[in-house]
This record gives sequence, C-alpha cells and structure tokens, in this order.
Amino acid sequence: MSENIKFIQGNEACVEAALYGGLDFYAGYPITPSTEIAEHMAVRLPQIGGKFIQMEDEIASIAAIIGASLTGHKVMTATSGPGFSLMQEGLGYAVMAEIPCVIVNVQRGGPSTGLPTNVGQGDVMQAQWGSHGDYSIVAITASNNQDVFNMTVHAFNIAETYRTPVILLFDEVIGHMRERVDIPEKGEINLVERLKTQIKTGVDFHPYLPREDGRLPMSDFGGVHRYNVTGLAHDMWGFPTNDPQIVHGLLRHLVDKINNNVQEITRYKEYCMDDAELVLVSYGSTARSALHVVNNRRKRGERLGLLELQTLWPFPYSLVKEKCAKASYIGVVELNMGQVVQLVRNAVDKPERVFLINRIDGVFISPTDIRNTLRVIQGKGM
Amino acid sequence: MAVRDYIRDRFFPHMWCPGCGHGIVLNNMLRAIETLELSKNDIVMVSGIGCSSRISGYVDFHTLHTIHGRALAFATGVKMSRPELTLIVPMGDGDALAIGGNHFIHAARRNIDMTAIIMNNRIYGMTGGQYSPLSGYGARASTAPYMNIDQDFDVVQLSKAAGATFVARSTTYHVQQMTDIIRQAISHKGFSVVEILSQCPTYFGRQNKLGTAVDMMTRYKDTTTPIGSKAKKQNPDLIERGIFVQKEMPEYCTEYEKVIERAGGGA
Ligand SMILES: Cc1ncc(C[n+]2csc(CCOP(=O)(O)OP(=O)(O)O)c2C)c(N)n1
Ligand code: SF4
Repeated sequence: MSENIKFIQGNEACVEAALYGGLDFYAGYPITPSTEIAEHMAVRLPQIGGKFIQMEDEIASIAAIIGASLTGHKVMTATSGPGFSLMQEGLGYAVMAEIPCVIVNVQRGGPSTGLPTNVGQGDVMQAQWGSHGDYSIVAITASNNQDVFNMTVHAFNIAETYRTPVILLFDEVIGHMRERVDIPEKGEINLVERLKTQIKTGVDFHPYLPREDGRLPMSDFGGVHRYNVTGLAHDMWGFPTNDPQIVHGLLRHLVDKINNNVQEITRYKEYCMDDAELVLVSYGSTARSALHVVNNRRKRGERLGLLELQTLWPFPYSLVKEKCAKASYIGVVELNMGQVVQLVRNAVDKPERVFLINRIDGVFISPTDIRNTLRVIQGKGM
Repeated sequence: MAVRDYIRDRFFPHMWCPGCGHGIVLNNMLRAIETLELSKNDIVMVSGIGCSSRISGYVDFHTLHTIHGRALAFATGVKMSRPELTLIVPMGDGDALAIGGNHFIHAARRNIDMTAIIMNNRIYGMTGGQYSPLSGYGARASTAPYMNIDQDFDVVQLSKAAGATFVARSTTYHVQQMTDIIRQAISHKGFSVVEILSQCPTYFGRQNKLGTAVDMMTRYKDTTTPIGSKAKKQNPDLIERGIFVQKEMPEYCTEYEKVIERAGGGA
C-alpha cells in the first residue's frame, strides 16, 4: 500500500498520473473545466526539471507537444470542447505521423461555447471522427479519481506502445470532483517506455517500416538518424508518395494497429453482471449514478447490473455483445443525445432492447433520473 | 562539407517549377549552414505546407513537415524540449502570415531561439495563385481577378513590433547577401526573421505580367536597395535590404531554465 494519499480533484489526479507515467513536457491553453490541469502542470513540471508552456491557442498546443514528442519526451495537452475542436487537424497529424502523445478533453456542455462550467459527454463521436479522413483512435475515460490516475498512466502506455495519440475523455464532474487518490509507489504500475531503434549510425533507418509485430521503433530528433516526418502520405523513409500500394499499406497499418489490439487496449469494470436482466452501460461520471441505482435495486432483489466502459475507442463491440447477451433490457446512461447508445445497438443482437437514459441540459444525471426512465422502459409508467 | 552533403538526393528531382525562387533559397541556406560548420544531427528543420515548405524534405537534417501555418508552434515544442538543437523554419508568406500569423507574432514575442525564413512570393503558389497577405493592393491573383483590395503587411515592421530580435530582408537576386544574412540569423540567439523576396513566375509572375523568372529577379535588383542608402532617400519606394534589427534580449529557453531553478527542479 502506498503512503502517499491525496484528497484532490480529478484534474489534479490526471496531472499526478501523467508525471508518474513519465511526462515531462506539457503545452496548453486554459479553458474551463480543464484549466486546473494547466495550472498544476505549471507548478509541478519545473519542480522535476520538466517543461511547461502556455501556447497562444490549442492549435499551437497540440503542435508543440508533437514537436516535443519527437525529441523523445512523453507529452500531453489538455482542453475542453472548443479547444478540442481546434486541435482536430493536429490530432490527425499525430495519427498520420504516428507521434505518441496524450490529449485530455474534460468535456463540458456544447455545441459551441455551450455550457462552459457544466458537465456534458457530447464529444464521444468527435473523439473518433473529429479529424478528416479514415483513422482509428484510442479514447479512454474514468468515473472516479483513482481511475483517472490509472487510466492516465494507461493512456501514456498505449500512446508509446502503438505510437499513437490517445485521448483522455473525462468530463466536468470528474475533473472538478475531489476524492481520495492513493498515489502508487514507483514500479507499482508498469510503465511502457519508448521503443527506440537499435539501428547503428550510418545504417539506413526506416522510421515508417513497421516490425513484424506492427510496432515502429523511433529515433529521437537530435539523435544519429535523420529522417523526414510529414502529414502527407509517405513511404518507409517518411517521404511523401502517391504510390497507391504504399498509401494502401499505410492506411491499413494506421487502422489495424489499433483495431487489431482492441483486447489489449480495452479497460472496463462490471458490477452485478452475472445474472443481470437489466444491464446499464455507462462511462465517466454518469457511471456513478448508474452504480448507485444498481446497488439500491439489488437490495430489493431486482437483477440490475452495470457495465462501465473505460475504453470508448476503439469501441469494444465484442465485449459489449458478450456482456449484454443475456439481458432483457439495456439502458445506456450518458450526457448527450445518444452517442454510445448507437454503438451499443450496433454491438448487441437485439438493438430494439437498447434504450437511452440521458440528460442534455448541463445538469448531472441523478439516480432518480435513471430510475424514472427505467420505469418507462419497464412499462411501469412515470 | 560540400553543399551536396546536406541534400537527400534520393528524393530529387524536386517539385518546384523551373525558375522558382525557392530553390535559390535552399541553395543559399545550405551555403550559410555550411559556413557555420554545424553537425547535421544538431539541426532540425520544421516547415508547414506550401511550395516553400517542401524545402524540409530535401535536406539531410531532422525534418518535420507539418500542417499549414503551424510550423513555428511545432518548432517551439522541439526547441523547448531540446534547446541545444538549432531550429530553422522555412515558410511561405501565406503559411507564415495568413494562417500562421498568430504563431508568428507569439514566437517573436517569446524570443525563442529559432530562425524563420519567410520566402515571400506574394502569392499562394501551392494552391495555384490566390492572393496572400503579402500580395498587396493592386495585385492580381486568381481570387482577385478585379485587382486586390487587401493591404499587405510589411514583414520587417511586423516582426520588429512583435519582438523579433533579428530582422533582415534580402532577395533571390542578392544571393551573397542572402547567404550572409541567413548565417547571421542562425547564429543569433533569439527569434530571427529573414524575409527573402522569392519569385513565383508560374502564378504571381504570370498573373501580374512580370515576365520570366529572370525578369522578376532583375526587378528585385531594380526595386531594392541597401538599408539607409542614398538611393532610398531619393526614391522612398525602393525596398530596403539588409539587417534591420540585431539585439540581445532574454531568450525563452534560457529563461525557462531559471524557472526550473526557482521551482527547485534543477539537477
Ligand atoms: C488548413 C489548410 N488550409 C488550406 C490549405 C491549402 N494550402 C496549401 S499551401 C497554401 C498556401 C501556400 O502559400 P504560401 O504559404 O505563401 O507558400 P508558397 O506555396 O507560395 O510557397 C494553402 C492555402 C492547407 N493545406 N491547409
Ligand atoms: S507554383 Fe510558384 S512557388 Fe510554387 S513551385 Fe511553382 S513557381 Fe515556385
């Protein structure tokens, strides 16, 4: 057990976890409700000899972390709604150039400036589809501050393993809520360090030639291998090409390296699922209210269960299908007009049994809200 | 080392049109780097998108070809995370001052140690000749078929006002001056801006009836003059060439080392 127990906000837990995971470069632009991440980074990073910079906007922020990642550093930026929209082009660049980095989006109410200080979960689809073109992304979330810690470390590990940007899709409730967090001792959680090439000076290095296992060893900018990095379709040297065969191979690689590893990437939690007739599926802060309902109903003998998704992208279709196979009803609890509910419908055998339990008014969904919708689903009226 | 040693000949021929000024800038930039005797491993070239930005692909440094307008922000991340590296950022006028204008003034304001080389052809070459913020009133472009009514920036004044600590201008005609200026700009500790007037015969030249590439370069000879020359006093319309600003100011990465010290994070 760790001696280091803190009572902190989710945003601060994210900062501590990033540092634990090896982060030493952060660039960002303040925006509610993610600002505390920048503020804590500004305090903490120089204390460990790391670097913090407040850029002129979010476009510059994601650009700066990509640049810093290329010199061999673990990097992160954090934002919310409008800033996340501004980052989309840079995000696509990090996908195409395969740059490990972590992007936190502490979701608020949208669209546009929307509800800056209120909670929302409306960016789930944007996380995967926000940048142009075909690609796969990893997006991870959490429902309590200890999980914020664990999932943040997981995000850095995934970013390094697959050379990919990873999105931490938290929400305002999680970001601002204070809870106990046990900071693990060094070594308690495994950390993935950057895979560096073994190729010697003077020997041709192919920065974009995947190994047999699909992984791409890197060489730091400033090191002995000089190569080109571009957002254009490129060959194994990183040089632009339109060659259809090479382009096809590149796009397949970008998508397959994520989609072929869904199991390794997926994290989830389950509560009372063994005999559940009514399964609630939720993620982030709303999973807390869902869990409350499940625990209360179980006391009354009702067979409710909760599947809490922590990995949202790549969406764990097989997991959801398997876990929901025996359920008569499935209720997806989320703070948007129905984003994950669509994915769940695609995953299960009987999509007509999947219902949306939501709020879209910036107010956190309460157990009572969930119970009221459940009455309707179960045909008991309001 | 010979200039050729700085080139990735595997990736030639290059993509520029015959007569394009950007190749001249590449050549003289490499000559400048050669005189500085820097190790290729210590140079990072970061560029955005445009004909000019393609320079980065052809040189044997660490090269980062990014997205339109954002090169300086990427470069900021590279430099801050590894301050001992030498950062060179070739940019088009649109890349630097339209879509990238915000990053440009902020990089200048921070005085972060890197060299921005703005290859000013007064047009968007890559996309086929639309007007840029440097085209200027009266110019023709595919998106200004009835004459451009946008006023242009003066790159030198803008850079000065934004806080750049080295500001200079030259042209593709004045290659010796260009090489000398780029050399000094790279050696300068702080944010350096070098504006190079560079011809785009294919679009700006054709649209504005300026003749061949040679005609356009000859015009650079005729319409420019050294800073503070007698000719300038007689003809104020002449464009001045030379080094306008060269001053010592606290450099961003060096200042951040002090932040680390104050925070107690020094090794
Ligand atoms: C976000 C974005 N918008 C627009 C473009 C299209 N585009 C590519 S290059 C360019 C302008 C190029 O002009 P300039 O920067 O002056 O460089 P030149 O090609 O003249 O050297 C534009 C508008 C783009 N690539 N990305
Ligand atoms: S279009 Fe203009 S700027 Fe682009 S390569 Fe041709 S001449 Fe050069």
